[in-house]
Amino acid sequence: MDIKRIREDFPILKDPDYIYFDNAATSQRPAAVLKAVEDFYRTTNANPLRGLYEWSIGATEAYEGAREKVASFLGAADASEIIFTRNTTEAINLVAYSWGLQNLGSGDEIAVTVMEHHSNLLPWQMVADKTGAQLVFMEPDEEGRLGDEQLDRITEKTRLVAVGMVSNVLGVSNPIGQIIARAHEKGALVLVDAAQGAPHHRIDVQKADMDFCAVSGHKMLAPFGIGALYVKKKILEQMPPFLLGGEMIEYVTRESATYAQLPHKFEAGTVNAAGAVGMAAAIDYLEEVGFDAIREQEKKLTRILYDGMKTMKHITLYGPSDPDKSSGIVTFNIEGCHPHDVASVMDSEKICIRAGHHCAQPLMQYLNVNATARASLYFYNTEEEAERFVEKLSLVRSWLGYQD
Amino acid sequence: MDLKQIYREIVNEHNLHPGHREELIRPRYTQRGVNPTCGDDITLQLELDDGDTITEAAFSGSGCAVSQASTDIMLDMIIGHSRQEALEIVDIFMSMVRGEASEEEIESLEEAAALQDVAHMPARAKCATLAWHTLRKTLSDE
Repeated sequence: MDIKRIREDFPILKDPDYIYFDNAATSQRPAAVLKAVEDFYRTTNANPLRGLYEWSIGATEAYEGAREKVASFLGAADASEIIFTRNTTEAINLVAYSWGLQNLGSGDEIAVTVMEHHSNLLPWQMVADKTGAQLVFMEPDEEGRLGDEQLDRITEKTRLVAVGMVSNVLGVSNPIGQIIARAHEKGALVLVDAAQGAPHHRIDVQKADMDFCAVSGHKMLAPFGIGALYVKKKILEQMPPFLLGGEMIEYVTRESATYAQLPHKFEAGTVNAAGAVGMAAAIDYLEEVGFDAIREQEKKLTRILYDGMKTMKHITLYGPSDPDKSSGIVTFNIEGCHPHDVASVMDSEKICIRAGHHCAQPLMQYLNVNATARASLYFYNTEEEAERFVEKLSLVRSWLGYQD
Repeated sequence: MDLKQIYREIVNEHNLHPGHREELIRPRYTQRGVNPTCGDDITLQLELDDGDTITEAAFSGSGCAVSQASTDIMLDMIIGHSRQEALEIVDIFMSMVRGEASEEEIESLEEAAALQDVAHMPARAKCATLAWHTLRKTLSDE
């Protein structure tokens, strides 16, 4: 990978002294994505799906073309299995309200991990509360692994397993294949929250036999406000609409309505066509770089961080001890230093990291910490940045008043 | 002032060697203050005499260096002052945070004035002001 050329593709990365290591929160966008969005507005902007004139037809084609692109990116059998949403959170809420409230009841169980982002926990707390279903938690070991005994919590009572593909805190990849095999054997469906997975790993929903898969565009180079939900067709066909209103109907009378065909039945209101177009351009960009090259660069950088941080005696690293397993996410604490202070002094060195609970408070409770600091890398980060991060991090204790 | 300089010159000392991190026995007031988003969590304890003068003040809790140091600095300032005077100090601190205090007023805040720049950082304002909000609540609650 020609990192110099890659960096030139990202207009925001022009200051070599400014280090963006908060990629798990949101990625940066290449010029090709910005241009695709601008071109849409400049050349074919109209309300898609309804118009009978050239611009609107162009907008519809651009929007549906983006759906085809996402379908093929995720390995879906058919584009009608892809619903555009605002983000992963909305995608999971769609499943919770539409599928969860309809299909779950007292005596049923929803299995999640204690690592879930709040967006893959709160919707299921709501479903459990309203239907009487029980939430069951699988817990990782110190390496972030879910052992077999944890997968045993998926039983005949389980109706849904909702699990993150990659933990946004521990960086670890969950054993999705094993979880799906176990869940299907027990008659449960599986929702994969791929918000942190999709930017780093090739997904094939058919090969993996996922039932639901949710992604956010903004974590994988696309604009804010666009995400996608994959639902296996035979499940989607049984689901009632989530939001009601324009663009999702077939025929409406004063008292009733029939709904549009899939997937438009699940996309009420004017859609984010430009966002979808941007997401398609982001996918093109990712495909061109290639996941092998992306992973190779992330691994190289993560190793630099791990190697440097392991020599610092006051650092605790959370997550897998093997940097190759962390998807570029490095979560840590420095003894005696609150993560917010760490992030602030790193900011004064032009290094952007995240500090806090990372929308995963149950995991913080499980790890017995109030908060952590997190550096998260992506393929456009450089070895020089990783080295400078390590060098500056080694000074944090002294900046915060410690002698060693 | 450069952020690391603020830590070096004022925050670190009060965070690592606070003068008022202790527990009072049966104080008149005990008040907890929490920043739910970042987890800063302090409890203030105040003893006032019959003339409503703050005679003793202490705190406990956990959080970032800015929140803990700001608490310690504040308690330094208010001991020996009346309830009314302490509330006035809080008002001046808050107007400094809002960027509305005069130079004279800022100077009157002594050490706490050094928190001006960190209190202007959007991400850290809450850390710097937690103790002051909590004190205002404590002393206004009668």
